[in-house]
Amino acid sequence: MADASLPTTALPDADAAHSAVRRAFGMSIGAAVVGVVVLVAVGLFSATSGAAGLPVKGVLGALFDWVPLIGVDSSLSTTQENILFEIRLPRLVLGMLVGGSLGVAGASYQGVFRNPLGDPYLLGVSAGAGFGAVLALGFGLDLSWGPFDTVPAAAFAGALVAVLASMAIARGGGASPATLLLGGVAMAALFSAAQTYAIQQLNETRAREVLSWLFGQLNTTGWKQVGILLPYVVVCGVVLFIHRRHLDVLRMGDDEARSLGLDPARSRLVVIVAASLLTAAAVSVSGLIAFVGLVVPHIVRLLISHSYRVIVPLSALVGATFLAFVDIGARTLLAPSELPVGVITAFVGAPFFAVVLWRDRWSTT
Amino acid sequence: MSPVLTASTQGSESAIRSAPALSCRDVRVSFRDQEVVCGVNLELDTGQWLGIIGPNGAGKSTLLRSIVGLADYSGAIALGDGRTPGAADVALVPQAPIMPKGMTVAEYVLLGRTAHLGWLARESRADREIASSVLNRLELTAFADRFVSTLSGGEAQQVVVARALAQQCPVLLLDEPTSALDLGHQVSVLELVDDLRRTEGLSVLAAMHDLSAAARFADRLILIDHGRIVAEGRPAAVLQPDLLSAVYGTPLTVQPIDGELVVLPEPRRRAKPPKEAP
Repeated sequence: MADASLPTTALPDADAAHSAVRRAFGMSIGAAVVGVVVLVAVGLFSATSGAAGLPVKGVLGALFDWVPLIGVDSSLSTTQENILFEIRLPRLVLGMLVGGSLGVAGASYQGVFRNPLGDPYLLGVSAGAGFGAVLALGFGLDLSWGPFDTVPAAAFAGALVAVLASMAIARGGGASPATLLLGGVAMAALFSAAQTYAIQQLNETRAREVLSWLFGQLNTTGWKQVGILLPYVVVCGVVLFIHRRHLDVLRMGDDEARSLGLDPARSRLVVIVAASLLTAAAVSVSGLIAFVGLVVPHIVRLLISHSYRVIVPLSALVGATFLAFVDIGARTLLAPSELPVGVITAFVGAPFFAVVLWRDRWSTT
Repeated sequence: MSPVLTASTQGSESAIRSAPALSCRDVRVSFRDQEVVCGVNLELDTGQWLGIIGPNGAGKSTLLRSIVGLADYSGAIALGDGRTPGAADVALVPQAPIMPKGMTVAEYVLLGRTAHLGWLARESRADREIASSVLNRLELTAFADRFVSTLSGGEAQQVVVARALAQQCPVLLLDEPTSALDLGHQVSVLELVDDLRRTEGLSVLAAMHDLSAAARFADRLILIDHGRIVAEGRPAAVLQPDLLSAVYGTPLTVQPIDGELVVLPEPRRRAKPPKEAP
């Protein structure tokens, strides 16, 4: 099917069509560059701020020194280097990975369900993970396996059980988005009820511990959590990135998608499985961080484009930036004690979402 | 303007005779227990416009949907080379296309390349060039950056045709493509398709409501009623007033005007209104 007979005369019209198609195909390079610059700036701000202030120049020096083949005198003391590499950076990187994961998963869910309220927790991931975590924290359920500690392992298992049950109720990815959604609602309700009941059985200290996990927080012990999450981010991220164009085709409805050559049920299944795995992994290390997955894709949609080939990758970038930024507040606002980062995301996210709604500029798909 | 499509342009008379672009053999479609397409046989010759006419619910749309694989059927639907048609062979212009919010015309047309992409789902340079040459061919360049949701009905239907062209399928299926348009736009969309059929060597299978337009544009017509073909042939042969009146359940006349057949409803004789009191 090679096309050998394209117009060769360079009409001004032809150029215009060409550049329009390039814009449609393109990834908004400008937006991506701005996004990366902001992400780096927020990261640097985060790495330097906290109880022990670190000089920007020293942090930069230490980072460059860490890169192989580059030798820079970092001018940080050993203690400062330890703070940077064992406390600040792991937490910063984890925040970026979790934020990026939730952003991408939220964008994917919004695309698959053709629903602006799409959220990574839509199919009961949150309730399932919460229930698992409650069992682990409060009742000594121990599913620890490999690098997974007790709580992450139980949360991950709970999240997957809830998603699989939602999909089983709706009889697989072949079901309509609405059926899947209702399956998710049913499972979320069931697991929330179980979770509430379980929390009620706990004593006050235990219950408080569970609740603070449920609010979501980025507590790290070295690079361990990053190590748990990273494989999921890489694998699921690649799968979702490849499928981002499918989400645009799905916006036309199942019939048109199929007549264009896409298998809607298959695409939906792949995207849901990848996004759910990613969410479950993120939740297992950070608890439930509200609103990131819901709001971030809308920010990209409002500012840049309605096309999922742009929304999916940029949601990773914006999600990472947003959570890294908010976590600075979580660490420093009430220092020396800490705010759960999920509380701040909800505080920032909810009014933002209200403004978006009020302006009625959101998209239905 | 050079041709956009490469498919089936070798339309010599003998080639047309020997290889139908699409054929249906004893196609049956049932919903629950009711058969809505009951053993349809048809042959669409290469470069031909075959019109499917018939009242609402006759099975026209269902037949088209089964050809693009949207409805389960029994029987055989095959291309000239015997394969079952896929999205790279048959493009559908739907009756009520969905126009997603915030999607530009260029993005929309580019989605026509879906069936031709590899597993990375990324358009190649060739795919992009096909999309832009389609935009040029249909003179949609000025619209390329506009959102499809803001287009008027006629513009939108042109964009859908453009997407179908970008699919580069030798067979184009139209499902009552002009039912939402005013008269002027109806004619211009059908003329566009007719033009493309001649320049690009497309074969067109179109379900049509407007019988006069069917008479004007189609080479052959198939009249369907209750899922069965009740008449088939050249427009003048199929468009018989008695037959049409029986199938459509209302008196119709067929009149030649300026050499073209025009189908009109016959004015019903109504009971005389009671005389008004002086």
